Amino acid sequence: MTMTSIAQLTIGVTDLAAALLFLYGLKRMSSPVTAPSGIFVAGLGMLVAVLASFLYVFDVSAAAKPHLMVNVGLGVLALVVGGGFAWWGGKKVAMTAMPQMVALYNGMGGGAAGAIAATELFGNKTQGTTQLVVTMLGALIGAISLSGSLIAWAKLEGVIKRPLRIRGQQYFNILVLLGTLTVAGYLVYVTRGVSSQLLPIPQLIYLFFGCALIYGILMTLPIGGADMPVVISIYNAATGLAVGLEGFVIGNPALMIAGMVVGAAGTLLTLLMAQAMNRSVANVLFTNFGGAQKHKAGHIKGSLKPTAAADAGIFMRYAKSVIIIPGYGLAAAQGQQKLYEFVKLLRAADVSVKFAIHPVAGRMPGQMDVLLAEAGVPYDLIFQLDDINEEFKTTDVALVIGANDVVNPAARTKSSPIFGMPILNADQAKQVYVVKRGQGKGYADIVNPLFYADNCNMVYGDAAAVLTMMIEAVRGLGAKAAA
Amino acid sequence: MDFSIQITGFVALYIFMLAAFAGWVIIGHVPAILHTPLMSGSNFVHGIVVVGGMFALLNASTMQEQAIGFFAVLLGAGNAAGGYAVTDRMLAMFQTSGHETHRGKHGHAKSSRPKAV
Repeated sequence: MTMTSIAQLTIGVTDLAAALLFLYGLKRMSSPVTAPSGIFVAGLGMLVAVLASFLYVFDVSAAAKPHLMVNVGLGVLALVVGGGFAWWGGKKVAMTAMPQMVALYNGMGGGAAGAIAATELFGNKTQGTTQLVVTMLGALIGAISLSGSLIAWAKLEGVIKRPLRIRGQQYFNILVLLGTLTVAGYLVYVTRGVSSQLLPIPQLIYLFFGCALIYGILMTLPIGGADMPVVISIYNAATGLAVGLEGFVIGNPALMIAGMVVGAAGTLLTLLMAQAMNRSVANVLFTNFGGAQKHKAGHIKGSLKPTAAADAGIFMRYAKSVIIIPGYGLAAAQGQQKLYEFVKLLRAADVSVKFAIHPVAGRMPGQMDVLLAEAGVPYDLIFQLDDINEEFKTTDVALVIGANDVVNPAARTKSSPIFGMPILNADQAKQVYVVKRGQGKGYADIVNPLFYADNCNMVYGDAAAVLTMMIEAVRGLGAKAAA
Repeated sequence: MDFSIQITGFVALYIFMLAAFAGWVIIGHVPAILHTPLMSGSNFVHGIVVVGGMFALLNASTMQEQAIGFFAVLLGAGNAAGGYAVTDRMLAMFQTSGHETHRGKHGHAKSSRPKAV
């Protein structure tokens, strides 16, 4: 056997193993107990695949042979620098900033897929029209995913503060997309032998990538911050698809399988998220939600009844059962640790405490679960909407911290813009406490009748500060009782 | 012997179809509590694009191709390494209250052992 066939055999076997390890790893991630080992298994697959990729040196095209040493050096440098910086960033980032970090890494994957396509196009390496079209499709999706993810990152990071909307934007976007596709079509046409009348081919390739990147930016700019999780999930699926397509072009089934698995998984995840928000994916992408629409204040009975944090804390200490509904406001105030401290006090006093998590609590589905887990809350105290919603009726206290739209009973009225969105039935508890920074409205910008209900009291203040007061109040009781 | 992989039209479609179905089924069983780590985990999995980047870079024969190939490996490596770091951190945080007490007992046993010896 020649060195080339040994290299091909080794790459073939390791890539097959990598694909299997990815699938098995993702499967293990389907339960919290096996999940940490799941990512380890998938990581092992990645490691062997990357190491084996160096064996391509025995199987390069004749034109690349003289540059091999330089290319290997560049490869090692890129792996160390790119991998090192991302590893360091991933270890350092705060858990609350996780969604934008995922967006950033996802954009990098899309960019890598686009760059692979670019080397194929500039080097004119594709064989046949099918390969060329697939290359360009992957390039288009990868480039849109890159620039779109970067905008999503900028929005969540607060670099871009407001959604940017102009009149007729949707039509303009469609025009840009059609323009991109036209350039792509023309490029396929001229690469297949016909000489170009308009621009030399390399310039056309630049134009194609430029248009695709601009489209990604334009498409993401008008979407509001609240919808970013869905958008990131879409781009995650898109990057997977782009990777799968480029895998076909370079003849690597591991890329095809991994990419397509993520493409399908990401699509399903996107649908689940949109469903939880009671919106269609098209609605998220093409409707300017949460903008300047004026809602009629409506006729709301009752009044806002503020109460002291200490009183609320003591009331919960003597309740039988408490359900806590955390929202992003809790994470923004970094109050998770304090909350768990308070919960431990309540549990020590034989109060039954449960956490109720809305599917879209936080900035990403499941993010609130992660934030609570980070604070040390055991996950068997954490319940999802469907599992706990019936229990509010028989619960003494519902404590809403930094959440608003997810407990808005207006979602049950037909005339409301959020009609149909599944909500947590906090209003059915005997007593409701709402911890809120001020009287402002939630993301959806809709008045919440729950706050005016007879069984609801407001505790104004920063979530962490309020919880500290509650803890002190309950501790104070304990000391008195002991004395 | 020739071990190079040739994938033509329909074979590719079969691979794509089966992979898509596998992804759909695997993710369908993941509880909502794991959605964020899962999104991050699947984000890590498409970091395999770094292997494609290596292929492109090693086959580069012009300065332009080398530059773009370098860029592909750089970004792909970032995707893979960052995705792993973030996912691993998130998943390490999940524990049941059962685990907690188990851990406590375990720690206790450990600390008592040196005394016994």
